[in-house]
Amino acid sequence: MAYSDKSRALFTETLTGLKDAGLFKQERFIHSAQAADIEVEFPTGSSLKKVINICANNYLGLSSHPEVVKAAHAGLDSHGYGMSSVRFICGTQDIHKKLEQMVTEFLGTEDTILFPSCMDANAGVFEAILTKDDVMISDRLVHASIIDGIRLCSAMHDTFKHSDMEHLESKLQLHNNRRLKVVITDGVFSMDGDTAKLDEMVKLCEKYDALLFVDDSHSSGFIGKTGRGTHEHCGVMGKIDIITTTFGKALGGASGGCVSGRKELVEMCRQKGRPYLFSNTIAPPIVAGVIKVLEILSASTERRDKLEKNTEFWRNGLLDAGFILKEGDTPIVPVMLFNAKLSQDFSKDLYEEGIYAIGFFFPVVPQGQARIRTQISAGHEMHHLEKALDAFKKVGKKYNILGKTKQEIIDMYGM
Amino acid sequence: MENMKEIVREYVIAEYVEDDSEIGFDTPLISGGIVDSFSMVSLKRFLENKYNISLPDDEATPEAFDSVNKICNLVNKFLNK
Repeated sequence: MAYSDKSRALFTETLTGLKDAGLFKQERFIHSAQAADIEVEFPTGSSLKKVINICANNYLGLSSHPEVVKAAHAGLDSHGYGMSSVRFICGTQDIHKKLEQMVTEFLGTEDTILFPSCMDANAGVFEAILTKDDVMISDRLVHASIIDGIRLCSAMHDTFKHSDMEHLESKLQLHNNRRLKVVITDGVFSMDGDTAKLDEMVKLCEKYDALLFVDDSHSSGFIGKTGRGTHEHCGVMGKIDIITTTFGKALGGASGGCVSGRKELVEMCRQKGRPYLFSNTIAPPIVAGVIKVLEILSASTERRDKLEKNTEFWRNGLLDAGFILKEGDTPIVPVMLFNAKLSQDFSKDLYEEGIYAIGFFFPVVPQGQARIRTQISAGHEMHHLEKALDAFKKVGKKYNILGKTKQEIIDMYGM
Repeated sequence: MENMKEIVREYVIAEYVEDDSEIGFDTPLISGGIVDSFSMVSLKRFLENKYNISLPDDEATPEAFDSVNKICNLVNKFLNK
């Protein structure tokens, strides 16, 4: 047996270290479909509890939408369960091509290639299009999957301060002699809920002949007047060279992702993108579900409009109650508590009140910036939001943080 | 050497520090989470331009860049070559 007692002890020690540091992650089992109302088993073995979910990426409430579920059923019947092949051998169906064309049209780009996930899209895209003669210049708060993609690429890498355009320009000047320069950002940043300054970034990229890459996973389907994403919101449709996004959040919430953008770059991914070349693509029922999602969103902006109104109600309600929020206007609404233990205690108390929201603390967010990250959905009705708001106020009152400044909260609970 | 330490420290603060953290000459920069190893390239380029030297990749390691003092030792090694 290769797995000796010594090996087991080594891993046990590492896992114990994670527990001691408060970094051990535990799953909570949901016994219902993903929606605003869910039934949760937590702690494991306890009886089911009905709670309101305000921490899902289900921004448009489409994860369990009857039309999407029906379309996925139909896709399963017509195109089967799986492909048992990568795309370029015998793993491409008509519906994969149809979805790629629909995404291209939806995002207003030149071409699209599907990936098993956006994590895979981000992991594969840079290596596929860049060489050691190029440079990647990324915002310091980009998503972990982009960092992994950057690590896998031989091009030089540098960073700029979060959303700091002067700093970005200095980096474009510093690296102006590289063969290709790629500026890399999230569209909406997942932890803070703020939006990239894509209009300014487009201008800088045009000035310094750089490509612009945007991960719009927390934007596609609802940011912008017709929900096309951050590029629509910033008035730069057609000017982003590479967009990656996911179907695992607003766009149905199942799985899958894509690279969409300039046709030559998409073709490079088709020829050289390793997650595309060496793993199966999205399964047929999910493809059929995402096609239905895009049909729904192309027919009406009703859901993103409702999400906008829900978000406004939620932000205003929390601010009026005296909470400190990260500034922004997206459905990601971080309620700042600053202290890690307070964020965990607050989350537990909310759960007791029937509200499911998670506390985030270092190293997921910077030291001293612990928070409850709330995420609003078009699937929330007013009674959900009112009940959640009442619970936040009750728990906020318990910890005496309503109307308090950051410094006052830190003085009470520490960083 | 003292002047170099101040110059390097000023650059590190301007480039990487976004709060009011104090940076001493021995403050761990990379292992302390102040400088992301991803962002080292700017520091390397700054040192090369400022001191007209070339730092080989196998010498410009996260360990060699982990404090102002270590950075200055590295620069001096190549200044004296």
